[in-house]
Amino acid sequence: MKTIFYVIQKEFIQVRRNKTMLRMIVMIPLLQMLVLVFAATYDLKNVNIFLVDKDMSSTSRKLASKFEASPFFTINNASFSPEEGEKELLRNADNMVLVIPKGFERKLIRDDKASLQLLVNAIDGQAAQLGYSYAASVIRGFNKNIIAEWKGLPEFNPPFQINAVPRYWYNAELEYKWYMAPGVLAILVTLIGLFLSGMSLVKEKEQGTIEQLNVTPIRKIHFLAGKLIPFIVIALFDLSFGLLIAKIVFNLPIVGSLGLVFGFGILYLIGILGLGLFISTVADTQQQVMFVTYFFMMIFILMGGIFTPVDSMPKWAQLFDEANPVFHFMKVMRMVILKGSDFGDLIHEFFALCILGFTFLSLSVLRYRKTA
Amino acid sequence: MTNKIINSGSELPSCGGVGGGSSFSPPVEGAGEAAISVQHISKSYKEVQAVRDISLEVQKGELFGLIGPDGAGKTTLMRILMTLLIPDEGHATMGGFDVVKGYKKIRKIVGYMPGRFSLYQDLTVEENLNFFATVFQTTVAENYDLIHDIYVQIEPFKNRLAGKLSGGMKQKLALSCALIHKPEILVLDEPTTGVDAVSRKEFWEMLKKLQAKGITILVSTPYMDEATLCNRVALMQKGKVLNIDTPRKLVENYTRKLYAIKSKDMHRLILDLRSYEKTDSAYAFGEYLHVTGKNDEVEASEFENFLLKKNHTELQVFDNEPGIEDVFMELMNE
Repeated sequence: MKTIFYVIQKEFIQVRRNKTMLRMIVMIPLLQMLVLVFAATYDLKNVNIFLVDKDMSSTSRKLASKFEASPFFTINNASFSPEEGEKELLRNADNMVLVIPKGFERKLIRDDKASLQLLVNAIDGQAAQLGYSYAASVIRGFNKNIIAEWKGLPEFNPPFQINAVPRYWYNAELEYKWYMAPGVLAILVTLIGLFLSGMSLVKEKEQGTIEQLNVTPIRKIHFLAGKLIPFIVIALFDLSFGLLIAKIVFNLPIVGSLGLVFGFGILYLIGILGLGLFISTVADTQQQVMFVTYFFMMIFILMGGIFTPVDSMPKWAQLFDEANPVFHFMKVMRMVILKGSDFGDLIHEFFALCILGFTFLSLSVLRYRKTA
Repeated sequence: MTNKIINSGSELPSCGGVGGGSSFSPPVEGAGEAAISVQHISKSYKEVQAVRDISLEVQKGELFGLIGPDGAGKTTLMRILMTLLIPDEGHATMGGFDVVKGYKKIRKIVGYMPGRFSLYQDLTVEENLNFFATVFQTTVAENYDLIHDIYVQIEPFKNRLAGKLSGGMKQKLALSCALIHKPEILVLDEPTTGVDAVSRKEFWEMLKKLQAKGITILVSTPYMDEATLCNRVALMQKGKVLNIDTPRKLVENYTRKLYAIKSKDMHRLILDLRSYEKTDSAYAFGEYLHVTGKNDEVEASEFENFLLKKNHTELQVFDNEPGIEDVFMELMNE
């Protein structure tokens, strides 16, 4: 017991003396929470429209003012030439060109039907989809009004229609930052855990201290525990730090139990640190650890569903994600924090994380040998 | 030349120099007086054979030196003994325990100082010492008498980070850490490499004191002059032991007639001497060349006349007492 305590104390002293590491521990949560969460937002705002109104009728002006009235759209520019609009798209100054053709009003009255053209910059498919569907809903609303107006139907006797009113549960305001924050927290914990544990073991190799340590009667399990526990503590500290920032800055609602968040945090970290240790038992230099760790991070995080829902990934990717600890942990974080899920809802994740943690940890224990 | 050494090396009786060593039967745990016993140990790294069929024995309380140039296999042999490497062939015991099967027991009774400074550079002197004491399940206070002489010299810097110590200080700290658990056997890999002459002298004095306290010491060094400070030495070259004996006996057994020669133009001197048909070997040792003839009948005057004919000035030729270096050079050339 005394040995474990000393080994842990030694690690903490080393972290404390390592200025770069200290800065990382404090700066990474700050930066990730304040920059990533804000930046990685899908909330649609400020869609700039380039208006080409060739009709110049009262109807076309009414339509334009509908767009103007929407909080999502700004009519940035107007001209009579669609070519000019295209140029603006190319320059990225506007996101959308709305072309109202000549004779729009006349056609609408005479044929009961008229077309509009909407040119959308679709480099970012997701944003284009969203922009388009918002624009379409503006036009649909306009359509409905115009029918009612022209048919002269009284307002209190509207035509029959089915009206589906969606209610968004768990995130009623569709606040994207609330969706992102738990995911970014999961990434934060992963980053800190993987890098710190990987670096610290390989540093012993680089500096040759492992040689001195290997000839002592220190038990493998003590040594590895000494490498695990300090970094679990540091990563959990960063998790609390990140949660605090999310609470203060985004007013993130924490619906579920914090105990569950941290409990799963520990379970998850055991696996992640095990992986970090395993990487550093295989590698010889800090550089190699960096590269390999980075590789795993990229795959785990991008496939873990931080930006794109895992449900829309191909089948094989979803199967792969069963072995992706980030995927499970991110899910747990979102479920507990936003939905208030309890342990019963997380049995699958619990077992998945247990199996992964056990596998990674055993790999590192088996691979770490005191004899070359 | 390389081939010659390998060929002749294989003719050397393995471990022949050690009294009774070759008849030593595979050791039983704890038996015998040998603190370290090495029997036909070989180890290769891929294509390089680092250690070839080495056998030697170190008696309890002995100060034993492994002498040889870089690449002689000293470190590999030590790492095998320290249970850090598993030998390809052969057996070895430390304090009666087998280096493969009894590695756990060995690690408790052996102190090791690797060639490269291997303590935590970002921990202080005191923290390093405490850490290793704890890892060995002891305390600094418990064995303080053993390290006292060494530790007092670094005590003024006990709050300094180990990485910020000077070379000599680092070495003293490393020795303190290797001694913290009162080992029966101390293994030191080139402890004096890169250390100044004064610190080297001090270091050997410390080793002598430790030996007086009953600790068996196995030390490797590339410096021939340090060989004379050991009780016995093994001369090593290219993974093989060339000879094992006391430094004095090694020198006594050197029967060749040796001349020291000096002239104004030393570079031309060595070239000329090596081209002379009666020269066997000519090596630079300090300000002189040590030269042996093809046979011991070659007189000093013969060298002198030859060199005078070659227009060497300020020529000095005289008989020289052989040192351990000469023995080593001779063995290497065989």
